[in-house]
Amino acid sequence: MNDEFIIAGKSYRSRLLIGTGKYKDFAQTRAAVEASGAEIVTVAIRRTNIGQNANEPSLLDALPPSKFTYLPNTAGCYSAEDAVRTLRLARELLDGHDLVKLEVLGDPHTLYPNMPETLKAAGVLVKEGFKVMVYCSDDPIQAKMLEDAGCVAIMPLASLIGSGMGILNPWNVQLVIGAVTLPVIVDAGVGTASDAAIAMELGCDGVLMNTAVAAAKDPVLMARAMKKAVEAGREAWLAGRMPKRHYSAAPSSPTEGRIAPSRSKAA
Amino acid sequence: MIQVIVNGAPQRFEQSLDVAALVARMQLAGKRIAVEKNGEIVPRSALGATMVADGDRLEIVVAVGGG
Repeated sequence: MNDEFIIAGKSYRSRLLIGTGKYKDFAQTRAAVEASGAEIVTVAIRRTNIGQNANEPSLLDALPPSKFTYLPNTAGCYSAEDAVRTLRLARELLDGHDLVKLEVLGDPHTLYPNMPETLKAAGVLVKEGFKVMVYCSDDPIQAKMLEDAGCVAIMPLASLIGSGMGILNPWNVQLVIGAVTLPVIVDAGVGTASDAAIAMELGCDGVLMNTAVAAAKDPVLMARAMKKAVEAGREAWLAGRMPKRHYSAAPSSPTEGRIAPSRSKAA
Repeated sequence: MIQVIVNGAPQRFEQSLDVAALVARMQLAGKRIAVEKNGEIVPRSALGATMVADGDRLEIVVAVGGG
């Protein structure tokens, strides 16, 4: 089946994007990413520990950028300016790599996106040649604004980052899908495999998750489950689900040719 | 004597130096890093040619695990 997943002109096989935070160590990060089948992995940009052990392993050794598509994020940024500076540093760090995840947060309690700042940052980044995948609210109007601003993927939250609450407003996610022509990727909120499948069954192009895998008791097993869930949800979407019948049942077996009903002994 | 702020912490040096030398003094030479000085990127190719002056603010970053 030829079912291409294209972001910024590049085709991917996996519709599951994985974050690399909160794992026990780099070995577990690597094992989970591999089990998930993800090709795109998000990373954060942070200050070096001055005077750290020079031989300390780095994420780039565990997940070689030659093998995975890095998606540097702006997690922790609360202004357009900080997000733009962070991604300029990321581009320098990753040798001109320009596919990025923009997220400008509104407050540390909800980590809800600050949409005015997000739109402002998107405009600057697009002008500077970045390919911007953007974390945003599940608002179809602002999703369209981000598409018009030149972003390459729209990534609404399904519930709060790290909450594992699942797809809380499937109607809005579908409105976003209907409002834009860009790929729509649910970013944030997935808690378990069925959430990922639901996102895909709604017609999302992909799912991005981190905590659902990293905070599972067995992250590598959960990564494998997520791979299957995204694939199953995608295939169910493509297959086209049966219509729901709200007020009547319909037998699955033939109604003709049943054996004669027993005579009641009481009669 | 100059004082610069590196990743939020003050660092003192006896004399003016370039960014590459500063990176080496921080034991980060050869590591995969990116440097920003006073809000502007210092490209890797320009680390040796960019001088650090008293009062400059530098950010030196790496990629870490994150969602």
